[in-house]
Parts: sequence; C-alpha cells; structure tokens
Amino acid sequence: MSAVRDTYIITRRQLLLLTRVPEVLIFSTIQPVMFVLLFRYVFGGSISTGQPGGYVQLLMPGIFVQTVAFTLAGTASGLAEDMKKGLIDRFRSLPISQSALVIGRTLGDSLLNIVVLTVMGIAGYIVGWRPTTGIAHVALGFLFLLFFGYALSWVGALVGLSASDARVVQNVSFIVTFPLTFLSNAFAPTTGMPRVLQYFAEWNPVSTMVAACRQLFGLKNQFGATAGSFPSEHPLTTSLIYILLIMAVFVPLALRKYRNSAN
Amino acid sequence: MKSVIAEHLVKTYDKGRVRALDDLSLDVEEGTVLSVLGPNGAGKTTVVRILTTLLRPDSGSASVAGIDVIKNPEKVREVIGLSGQYAAVDEILTGYDNLVMFGQLYHLGNKQAIIRANELLERFSLTEAAKRPIKTYSGGMRRRLDLAASLIVKPKVLFLDEPTTGLDPRGRQEMWGVIQELVKGGVTLLLTTQYLEEADQLADEIAVIDTGKVIARGTSDTLKKQVGGERLEVVVEQANVAKTMEIVAAVSGNKASLDEGLRLISAPVSSGSAALFEVLKSLNSSGIHPLDVGLKRPSLDDVFLSLTGHAAEEKKAEIQEKKRGRK
Repeated sequence: MSAVRDTYIITRRQLLLLTRVPEVLIFSTIQPVMFVLLFRYVFGGSISTGQPGGYVQLLMPGIFVQTVAFTLAGTASGLAEDMKKGLIDRFRSLPISQSALVIGRTLGDSLLNIVVLTVMGIAGYIVGWRPTTGIAHVALGFLFLLFFGYALSWVGALVGLSASDARVVQNVSFIVTFPLTFLSNAFAPTTGMPRVLQYFAEWNPVSTMVAACRQLFGLKNQFGATAGSFPSEHPLTTSLIYILLIMAVFVPLALRKYRNSAN
Repeated sequence: MKSVIAEHLVKTYDKGRVRALDDLSLDVEEGTVLSVLGPNGAGKTTVVRILTTLLRPDSGSASVAGIDVIKNPEKVREVIGLSGQYAAVDEILTGYDNLVMFGQLYHLGNKQAIIRANELLERFSLTEAAKRPIKTYSGGMRRRLDLAASLIVKPKVLFLDEPTTGLDPRGRQEMWGVIQELVKGGVTLLLTTQYLEEADQLADEIAVIDTGKVIARGTSDTLKKQVGGERLEVVVEQANVAKTMEIVAAVSGNKASLDEGLRLISAPVSSGSAALFEVLKSLNSSGIHPLDVGLKRPSLDDVFLSLTGHAAEEKKAEIQEKKRGRK
C-alpha cells in the first residue's frame, strides 16, 4: 500500500515539474505538431495512398506511434539527470518503496503523453484527419498508444540508469528510436523498400503498432514481404504481445539496475 | 552505546584493482560527532554510502542504531538522515515543494508534511526563499535545504558527506553554525571532510583515513599531541646561530634543531609562552636580536602530513566513483 502511495507522490512531482517548467510541455507538443504539418504538406502531395482521405489518414497513426516511441528518450534523460544530481541517492536512502522512483517516472511520462496525443489529435483533425470508425475505436487506439509509450518508457529507464553521461543517453535513445520509427510503415509504405528490409520493417513493433492504429481508425493496411503472415493479419494482437514482451524484459531489468545502481 | 559500528569493511572497484576501502573499521558513540578526515580518494564517501545502504561492501559488517546495514537496509533507512556532497534536491521545484515532497515520502501525511516543511525552512533561514526554485539558490542555501531534507523525521544518526565542499567561506561559516546547532541538540553525527579545520571545529572525535584505512583516531587534542606539542622557533643572524642554539636547548630542556638555510632554530617546549619569554630574556642579555621568534602549534595539517607522509592528493577510487556518473 505504501508503495502505491510513494509512487503516487513521485508521479505528482513529475506533474509539478511540468507546471513549473511549462516549456517542457510546450516543446513536447510543438515538435509532434510540427511533424504533422511538415509531413502532411511536404510529402502529402507526392505520396499516393490509394485510400480515401489522402496521405494524412495514413500519416497520423504513424506520427502518433513515433511520438509515443520518443517517450523512451524522455524517461532516459530524466532518470540520467536525477542520477547526476545525486537525487537518486537521496531517494534510495529514504524509507520508501525502492521501485517508486522509477515507476513514478514512467507513469508521469505517460501522463505527459496524454496531453501530447490530445494536442496532436486536434492538430490532425484541423489538417484533415478523419477516422471513420467512431469514438470507441479511436479511444482504444489512443489507449494502445499510451500503453506502447509506457512499455518503451521502461526501455528508456534502463538506458537512463545505465548510462554514465546525459549526452550518451541522448545518443543511445536516438540510435534506438530512429531506425525503429523510420524503418517502418509509419511514413511511407514498406512495399517500396528492398525486400530484405521489408521483413524487418514489417515485423518491427512500430509498424505493427501503426498498422493496429490504422485498423482501428478504419484504414486498410498494405504489407509487402510479410503479407498474409500473423503480424500483418493481426497487428493489434501482435502489438499487444510486443508490449507485454518489452515490459516483461525491461521492467525487471530497469528495477534491478536501480536497486544496484551503485554496486 | 555505539550508534554506528563498521567492522573490517572492504570495497573494491574495477575487479579488485582499486581498493576503495581496505579493512576499515570505525564506530560512533551515541550523541557524539565523529569526523572522518581524509584527502580525496581516501574512501570517505564509500564509507558513508555503505553505512547509508547505498552501497554493499565486498566484505565486513556494519550497523547503524543497532540495525544491520547489509541484512536490514529498509530498517536502517528509517532511522538515518543523509546529506551528500551534492545538494540532492530537485532544482526546478521550490524549496517548499522539495521539503513537502520529502515529508510525504516519509509518510508524514499532507498536513504534517507542510507544517514540518515550514518549520525547517524557518530554522534554516530559508523562509524568504521558500517559494523560489532551488536553481536560484546560492550554494550555501542549497546545502542548507539539503540538510533540512535529511532532518524531516528526526534521524537517530545523521550522515553528512563533505557538507561544505565547494562552498565559499561565508557559506562554510553558515553551514558550520547550522551543524553546531544540531550538535547542541544532541544528534549522533558522522561527518566526512577534507578540511582539517572543519573536523577540529565540529567533531568530538576524528578518524583520519587514507587509502581506505583508518590510520589514526582520537580527539583533536590527542592527535595533535601525537605529532608533538608546541615548538619554539627562533630565526637569527648567521653569527648568532651557535649561541642561540645553546640558549634554546637550555630553556626547552630539549635538543635544539637547526634549519641552516633559514637559520631557524627550533625545539619542542612544554611550558608554552613562559619558554618564549625565557628565551627572549636570555637572547637579550647575550646581546642577540632575533629576526623572528614564535611558538608554533601543530595544526591538523601537520597531523595529517606526519601520519600519511603526503599531502592531499586525488586518488583512483574517488575518480572511479565520479566516473560512475552518480555525481
């Protein structure tokens, strides 16, 4: 019970930080909104989708997934910062649940995602994004996105607690997230990629997430090399398995790293 | 009763190549202040981290307030306060926010956490700055807030790891004042420092450590005696050196030694200023006018030098710890 309370206090600290430095919130939302506008108007005209509603329909799920994937970097740099300042030592010397700090941090970062996704959804609507399946499906899609972001946040926790330097954290986070988000179906169909790459791009959890969202928002998915395979037929189930798998591996690893963070 | 006991602690880094602690033992009597004094890299921070459950020793045992640090770290955390070398508070949050948050983490309950935060802000003269983010605080204010955070629930044993490192003289004076207040209140305190003056000022007892071992311990006075008491020093013209040596030897009752280059004659004395007066009288009646004359009391610096044979230098273990990114 006290573990829940401790976690709640740490999560609240996270939110308090956001109110004290509103820039963080502003820039965390400006960047994805900027991506929406850039991709919508720069590539939108030259990519033919063969689907009703144009490129923006395909784009929005991609950008949603990309944005929540970057939670990884947020959690990583936040924890690395706390380590550097000795805050983690202080927390570890307190009579509190030893996992509260990390769990609270990941939850706080997910709450930030709710705000960011909402703003992006509105921006998307303004530039023509119109999901055709109704509110329940869209809501389920957003829930999935939050869950995916939460799982990646734990990967970030391990990165942040393992790295010795904030700059290393930045680099590692980028190296993990960039190939994942661009070697996927998020911005362009995988069918245009070399066949070998198609396998990776289509099995990539980012792609299955994007495909799952597209399905939930009423779009058809296009698969190349892996067409007809389980992930392409059942992107939702596959994504759920990925999310659970990521958490099953990284939650214990990150918590262990935290407990032993000085040994 | 001993509030802190550390026995035969060993901690190595880099697969045993760096021995941060090398069979270190120490203890702190309840209600007293022990200062762990040593240069950078001597192992001070490592000891504190082990005693505050942040680090597990390779071997050896330790207890705080009678609780085993290795077997029952959760219980130890309930009775200790720790303030580290770096002010471990959230920079973006205000002083008030920080203290309330830590109060809640100590399970004080919201109301109680707020009351306690205000009390501590008042006590450490931070009330005016309470609603400002920590990043606007001076170094001294940060340390005071950090100390306040470690006192939210009155700890049975308080650990201060280099509480004044990096502070300007004024900040250091303020911090000393705050710590002296605490000591008057009867806290059991283990304090590490590389400032000999600080140990002298604040501690009942001093443990001098070097390369992971305690090399001497005792009160400031006993340590000074270990190096020898006061010395009488006279500097004279070359022509008067021989005669002056006779006089100094006669007055002190000890063999006088000579630094030829400086023409400095010195000898240990036990009668302090009376010996000084005697020497001046004898020199005067022999028609010798000293260029310089004085009594030199050994400082803790002398103690340290004579015990370790070297002055403070940074060593591998500490650098290693810094590299581990926790600072």
